[in-house]
Amino acid sequence: MKITLKVWRQKNAQDKGGFKTYQLDDVSPDMSFLEMFDVLNEQLLKKGEDPVHFDHDCREGICGTCSMYINGKPHGPKQTTTCQLHMRSFSDGDTIVVEPWRAQAFPVVKDLVVNRSSFDRVIQAGGYVSVNTGGVPDANEIPIPKKIADEAFDAATCIGCGACVAACKNASAMLFVSAKVSQLALLPQGQVERKTRVEKMVSQMDEEGFGACSNTGACSAECPKEISLENIARLNREYLSAKSSSDNV
Amino acid sequence: MSSTLGKKLLMALTGLFLVIFLVVHLSGNLQLLLNDEGRAFNVYAKFMTTNPLIKTTSFILYAAFIVHIIWAIILTVNNKKARPVGYAKTSASTNSTWSSRNMGILGTIIFIFLVIHLKNFWYVMHWGPIDMVKYEGQEYRDLYATVDMAFSQLWYVVLYVVAMLGLMFHLYHGFSSAFQTLGLNHVKYNPVIKFVGVAFAIIVPAMFAAIPVIIYFKNF
Amino acid sequence: MKLDSKIPEGPLAEKWSKHKFNVKLVNPANKRKYDIIVVGTGLAGASAAASFGELGYNVKAFCFQDSPRRAHSIAAQGGINAAKNYQNDGDSIFRLFYDTVKGGDYRSREGNVYRLAEVSVNIIDQCVAQGVPFAREYGGLLANRSFGGAQVSRTFYARGQTGQQLLLGAYSALSRQISNGKVKMYTRSEMLDLVMVDGKARGIVTRNLVTGEIESHSAHAVVLATGGYGNVFYLSTNAMGSNVTAAWRAHKKGALFANPCYTQIHPTCIPVSGDHQSKLTLMSESLRNDGRVWVPKDKADSEKIRKGELKPTDLPEDKRDYYLERRYPSFGNLVPRDVASRNAKYVCDEGRGVSKTGLAVFLDFADAIKRDGRDAIEGKYGNLFDMYQQITGDNPYETPMKIYPAVHYTMGGLWVDYNLMTNVEGLYAIGEANFSDHGANRLGASALMQGLADGYFVIPYTIGDYLAKMPYDKVSTDHAAFKEAEAKVKETNSKLLSIKGKRTVDEFHKALGHIMWEYCGMSRNEEGLKKAKTEIQKLRKEFWEDVNVLGANEELNQSLEKANRVADFLELGELMVDDALNRSESCGGHFREESQTEEGEAKRKDDEFSYVAAWEYKGPEAPEVLHKEDLVFENVKLTQRSYK
Repeated sequence: MKITLKVWRQKNAQDKGGFKTYQLDDVSPDMSFLEMFDVLNEQLLKKGEDPVHFDHDCREGICGTCSMYINGKPHGPKQTTTCQLHMRSFSDGDTIVVEPWRAQAFPVVKDLVVNRSSFDRVIQAGGYVSVNTGGVPDANEIPIPKKIADEAFDAATCIGCGACVAACKNASAMLFVSAKVSQLALLPQGQVERKTRVEKMVSQMDEEGFGACSNTGACSAECPKEISLENIARLNREYLSAKSSSDNV
Repeated sequence: MSSTLGKKLLMALTGLFLVIFLVVHLSGNLQLLLNDEGRAFNVYAKFMTTNPLIKTTSFILYAAFIVHIIWAIILTVNNKKARPVGYAKTSASTNSTWSSRNMGILGTIIFIFLVIHLKNFWYVMHWGPIDMVKYEGQEYRDLYATVDMAFSQLWYVVLYVVAMLGLMFHLYHGFSSAFQTLGLNHVKYNPVIKFVGVAFAIIVPAMFAAIPVIIYFKNF
Repeated sequence: MKLDSKIPEGPLAEKWSKHKFNVKLVNPANKRKYDIIVVGTGLAGASAAASFGELGYNVKAFCFQDSPRRAHSIAAQGGINAAKNYQNDGDSIFRLFYDTVKGGDYRSREGNVYRLAEVSVNIIDQCVAQGVPFAREYGGLLANRSFGGAQVSRTFYARGQTGQQLLLGAYSALSRQISNGKVKMYTRSEMLDLVMVDGKARGIVTRNLVTGEIESHSAHAVVLATGGYGNVFYLSTNAMGSNVTAAWRAHKKGALFANPCYTQIHPTCIPVSGDHQSKLTLMSESLRNDGRVWVPKDKADSEKIRKGELKPTDLPEDKRDYYLERRYPSFGNLVPRDVASRNAKYVCDEGRGVSKTGLAVFLDFADAIKRDGRDAIEGKYGNLFDMYQQITGDNPYETPMKIYPAVHYTMGGLWVDYNLMTNVEGLYAIGEANFSDHGANRLGASALMQGLADGYFVIPYTIGDYLAKMPYDKVSTDHAAFKEAEAKVKETNSKLLSIKGKRTVDEFHKALGHIMWEYCGMSRNEEGLKKAKTEIQKLRKEFWEDVNVLGANEELNQSLEKANRVADFLELGELMVDDALNRSESCGGHFREESQTEEGEAKRKDDEFSYVAAWEYKGPEAPEVLHKEDLVFENVKLTQRSYK
């Protein structure tokens, strides 16, 4: 396959950046999208040009490191991670536009690499159950209905890649935040801190500069782990009930 | 209320309140189509502007409009700030509906219409120069005549219809979106909310739009 | 050097409790006076850092990823073992201990393994308390499954994403300590050297991967939780960033490297599709419960299949060789990982492999679909089949899957004693980075168990014992030892950037991987290993003369990051070969062709090799020196494995 790539190049956070066009003449349909970038980078290195920097690690769709906004969609045309996107999803002669994820809260570090530490700070604000190591009850002392456990699991599969933010026209992090809030709000272990957790996480989310939710549903439609919009409704509900009854003024 | 969720909550509550208002407004407007030279409509109009309970409610309504509009502007500005550098290529149509992404534009169309609409009718009804009619010895402001005249102008009818189309798309997303923002999402009721929302978004604006069109052709 | 494993005296079942009582404690008020560095934030690192923080120590945690949640523990699919005996099927701590020692082919320490089995039950309690959504039965209690051929159902799981859920649990505990200010997190930071003061580990030198800044961090103890070194093979199921650099640089500062040749090769991975391949994807082992492994009997048929002239579904039954069922009638397709892997290699070496590269065998579900129906198979493996189809473009419901073994886990690692301290005082290694618990082969669902056992329940006790004997005073990062280490790191970086040769880092990495896979992979022999040794030495020399690393140090420079890692792999590779040469027996994941039974199965030599091989670095290009720690078995009887 012959592929034309229009890739965003930006030396560092301060640089203005712009698109550069590259030609790849011998792309195998069996390559993953990232392997195509490996090939491009080998070519660039041979020519003495700086390779395109991009985030990636596990390459099996679970670590959430890879990003890339491909032809107008986070992780490209398939609802999966970029590392699991294969070139057979494209056609010979295609031009593919690749951009970094754009959000105030995800500043560009270099080329296609962005800084998603805002997500970590949202979790640090309260995305946990405050138990120390040891001194916990036996695991089977907390029975959890299978349905609830499954629902919590569905929310917990979020890989924190940030595709929801990238897809949202408002760069909102609601799906990410709602996934963690939902997981812990559903489980009995999360009840003790249920109210303070949602208040703190939402306040941190706002502080990081994410936009508001317009309920367009783009986040869920692009989420590689298919996190449901129901979680956002739950987050709204949890927040409302927390705010209306908590002691924090 | 200062958080994004709080702001959205206000949008949803005011939005749903405005939805109720639409029903009331529509039921009043439909009286324009009665073949009584506007009597029922004028009586209704007087009732709506003089009844103390309605008057109080109307202030809540004004507040709802203002909050809905101002908070929409605040949210839109913040949302724009959340993505200072945009994408060169997007294909949003594959993951969301057009109306959900363009609530601001749709809202602006409705807002422009609202200003003209208020100036033409609401202002005139309250303070403007207007003819009077008498039914059974009681004086009424003849709003019907004002409306009848306005609806005989093609540009106004077109504006009205366009605005109702805008409202249709605004409601198409806004109705169910408000429920989502209020956290009312349940597998059992989601289809109901969605269905009612879509039906409401089509029927109510269509009926609103039908009135000027019918009157225009009646007077043609 | 005398290696003292410090296994406590006394009966096996009492060793750990006694030890916990005997270790020195740090007064709660004094804990804040101690600083601990934790490198790596996978299961072991995150759980250790969080637990230290909870105890009151000051922790600095480092990871090269952009967030601690990205560590490769996240990719573990299957599950985590624990001797809970919730299923009332006869499991016990002793049975888990026994299975682990046996599974490791009697090359692990009894004391360590027993402790692992003992604390395994606490891990599940801890994770559930954190909100990890394990699979449950309808009654609301935890579900278990049998895994990797175990006779009892002791594996806890969260669909196929157990590693992810456990890591996110540890990450949440870590996040809590970060927000409490007890842990300072350094992301996108890579440890490039260990700093020793007065013979003790007192800090590390790191490179900030975004700015390129070389930074020094001082502490009272350093804990390495940096994972395994499977990427020495270039292609493996490890993450692209997984590397040996931190452990290797500690090794060069004196920490012994134990059993480097023990690597686990997982039989069910998606085969290589071409030269562009960057990594291999594991398909859960559970597939072998229903899939039948075969290749054509006749080389000519294989060739036709490779060329696409013959569809595998068209090959009649009598022309297929279900070689695992044929050779191992009682275990069939469920033979252990190493046996399944080796046999796949053999049939492919005979030219009977399928797929374009000739390096693949079929895993066929046609019979299972016929027997149980497509829905039942979809229910069990639907997500795996989807994943397979996404990657290969083939539909496994219609045509047999193709699989091939791939490097998955490394049992070897830094040598540690019972306290998980290396021979360097104050330097600890936990999780996959150490060598201690899995012997020559790791059982399925035991990696997660060991990582969390070390991090949550072992090192928080044992590190106190060391710290309690340490003075509070801190070493300044202006100390000569730090300055010297910084200078060395800078020198290496500028050297790499100044060579400006013709070959890229990846080319060297691929070449090394090829040598390792060919000669130090599933099956090893003296001749091949000797050849590998010379080739690696040659390649290493070429690397330092001809590598091309562009850009500068003072920026995000992924080529430079890789160059540092590959430079270390090029040294480690040789040590692995040395270790494999030295161990002329077959055991677990290490198969020496010279040591096999008449039927071609692995043959241990317990009289000669019942020891841990710990290697000491002696300087560049100098041969490493072997130290032996004898393994003593008092509670299990050594037997040869048999799966006939």
